[in-house]
Amino acid sequence: MEKSSLLEMRGICKYFPNVRALEQVDFTLREGEIHALMGENGAGKSTLIKVLTGVYPKDGGEIRLSGKHVSIRSPQDAQNAGISTVYQEITLCPNLTVAENMFIGRTKGQLTNWKKINTHAGELLDSLGIPALPQQQLGSCSIAVQQMVAIARAVDMECKVLILDEPTSSLDEQEVEKLFKLMLSLKKKGVGIIFVTHFLEQVYEVCDRITVLRDGQLVGEYIIEDLPRVKLVSKMLGKELDDMADIKSDADTAKIDYSSTPVYEAQKLAGTTGIKPFDFAIRKGEVNGFTGLLGSGRSECVRAIYGADKVTGGIVKMDGKQINITKPLDAMKHGIFYLAEDRKRDGIVGDLSVRENIILALQVLKGFFRPISRAQAEAFADEYIKLLKIKTASSDTPIKSLSGGNQQKVILARWLLANPIYLILDEPTRGIDIGTKIEIQKLVLKLAAEGKSVTFISSEIDEMLRTCSRLIVMRDGRVVGELSGEDLTQNKIMATIAGGES
Amino acid sequence: MLFTMNTNAPQVPKLKKRAGLTDTNLLLIITIAVFVVMYTCAVAFLGEGFAKPQQFFNILNENAYMIILSCGMTLVMITGGIDISVGQVTSLVAMCCAVYLDRNVLYPDKFSEPGAPFVAMLIALGIGLGFGLVQGFLVAYLEIQPFIVTLAGLFFAKGMTTIVYAKQFNVANEAFKNVKETRIEVPGLGSTNRLGNYVPAYVEIGVIVAILIVVLLFALLRWTKTGRSFYAVGGNNQSANMLGINVKRTKFIAHVMCGLLAGIGGYVFFMHVGSGSPSHASGAEMNAIASSIVGGTMLTGGVGNIAGTFFGVLSMSTIKIIVASLGLDEAWWTNITVAAMLCIFLLVQSIILSRKNKAKK
Repeated sequence: MEKSSLLEMRGICKYFPNVRALEQVDFTLREGEIHALMGENGAGKSTLIKVLTGVYPKDGGEIRLSGKHVSIRSPQDAQNAGISTVYQEITLCPNLTVAENMFIGRTKGQLTNWKKINTHAGELLDSLGIPALPQQQLGSCSIAVQQMVAIARAVDMECKVLILDEPTSSLDEQEVEKLFKLMLSLKKKGVGIIFVTHFLEQVYEVCDRITVLRDGQLVGEYIIEDLPRVKLVSKMLGKELDDMADIKSDADTAKIDYSSTPVYEAQKLAGTTGIKPFDFAIRKGEVNGFTGLLGSGRSECVRAIYGADKVTGGIVKMDGKQINITKPLDAMKHGIFYLAEDRKRDGIVGDLSVRENIILALQVLKGFFRPISRAQAEAFADEYIKLLKIKTASSDTPIKSLSGGNQQKVILARWLLANPIYLILDEPTRGIDIGTKIEIQKLVLKLAAEGKSVTFISSEIDEMLRTCSRLIVMRDGRVVGELSGEDLTQNKIMATIAGGES
Repeated sequence: MLFTMNTNAPQVPKLKKRAGLTDTNLLLIITIAVFVVMYTCAVAFLGEGFAKPQQFFNILNENAYMIILSCGMTLVMITGGIDISVGQVTSLVAMCCAVYLDRNVLYPDKFSEPGAPFVAMLIALGIGLGFGLVQGFLVAYLEIQPFIVTLAGLFFAKGMTTIVYAKQFNVANEAFKNVKETRIEVPGLGSTNRLGNYVPAYVEIGVIVAILIVVLLFALLRWTKTGRSFYAVGGNNQSANMLGINVKRTKFIAHVMCGLLAGIGGYVFFMHVGSGSPSHASGAEMNAIASSIVGGTMLTGGVGNIAGTFFGVLSMSTIKIIVASLGLDEAWWTNITVAAMLCIFLLVQSIILSRKNKAKK
């Protein structure tokens, strides 16, 4: 039985300077349905959602709620119309309390009844199992808790349409599980849910229908049973996917000479961030990885190598010679570069152009008194925009207007331009689409083939398996194993992470 | 409730029971503590003068206008803005009121009657409101940097003051003098002077106005939707927008209120000094900013408290009096001390906040 449609978007258009973000997109959401909105980065998912919630004004098309035409000009309008949203970035105020964040902007009347909102918030937090207190300042909660608070706020509204834009990227498995249960119970109540995510497993776990966008255009709407994963991926990419499995074939692990002097070697390296002293070495042309659960100290290890966090002890050698790295600039001068996990915070300079972001590292190395000429900078930028297939209107475009995957490529370009000897990539593929993921993986292997050393960290084990020839396994801030060659299988890694000599 | 999941939600590890202080409340406590310590020290070491309640009331009398200006400043600073025009607006208000009240003296051929104090007050409110509306519109709806907008406001007010009247003069208006001399006695806190006569403690009308404003704004910020929106907008204006708050209107309201308070503050200032002069209240905006900061308002927005601002003003003037009564009665000593106090205060604030934020990890 076809359920009645709750939300209809017809012929939605949205243009940004030089970019057609949405072109004649239709989208239909039915009552009591979980509808996945899929597409690569830059396909227009976020734009479509922001049009629906009134953050962006639309340049064409019509939105109907329960059959009635609505005009949504601001997030307030959307809220009043019964559309509540959890955005990818945390859109709460860190200086307010948890309770206030849940209720501000949607209470009636001019006066705030603190007692009432604190009690209500407390009940809501308890029922969702969110470990936060109503009177706590939001900024003092972890990112995951903040995201859960945003979800609590959204579901507490008497909404007809709930939009979840990548809500799971900062949640751990247990929290995702909780969120799914919540989504299913809302679905039973007839709420229509729009779910945007990069995790294919999650789509197939909870969704009923999928709408695929590509390059700002509608590819199609499918019932989930009719669209197996491989087909979904190929719809998103717009081409048949054949090279996911055998990507590694061109990387010949046998080439690495393990008896040679390591390019980089650390002995008993220790930092202040709660990791145990560890030994580590990487050789020319090698790709290795740190793996382990979130919080096991993967990032902390590479941050210690790069000097991003305070190093308290240990010996560091490059090509057999002892060196001293106490801050990132030292590491950069020795040809070690680090692509940070959190690209928003540690990576991009949002207001600068793509070109300026690309030449940043090289400029730092040269020193600011020897500026890179405009022509040279442009040549560099164009070269890497082409090489990495960065989707940008021009090299003058501010980087913040690029999609996540393309921002990541710009940062990669920045480090590549500085000609690294040893490159550390911490979660370079997080939050970006499959097509770009594969491009980045291929690039890593190509770099290794050119004789560079790369450390690659990812939460997705199969991605690590495809790229790394050696994996260092971490648990609770300690290196608990090293796997290479035959041992590089999913099961073996799981077993090592879990512990026990089985 | 929309849903219940109590039964199957996994057990959450028990949290520590206390929620911890918000940044705003933490800074407020520091401010009050600093003031109490400073005043106690002054009473203990400088003796006599400070021990008398009237000394405290004199601080209030001197600074009633500053309390009002600083309150307005705090409002815009909480939304993440700034208003540097308030000092010159005060000056303009004082000059306009003075000229209006003494119009029969200054322009005897045109006016035969002196102006009425009540109308002067309306003029003051009108000027303040006018500045607030224009500046608020430019900042909120045309999205021009508040610093630039209010800098323009500052120069405009300064120029206008001189155009209205270029010289300093004392107001001779009798009706106004009566208002100005009105003293409100504070029962039970008087003292006996050297001749053995009982002298009652008193405050001026301006102090009552200032305290009323402090109480009203405290309530506004604490309990009303508008007040809470100020904090949300200052905390993160994009988030505030997504949370369904009208960011532009909120910024507009903050600037309008600040302008209006500059008008009220200007009139209170005028009632205290009883004269008009182009050099009146120059630099008052900087004092107001400093007082707000000492009162626990952060320039980055989203954090601040009117009660803190009240104590901030008192702290700033107390330290000036302490410096003066130590015999270091030159302007530069006062300035250096105030600078030192600001530095120390900001240092303490940032140390405490960073330690607190470290503790969460």
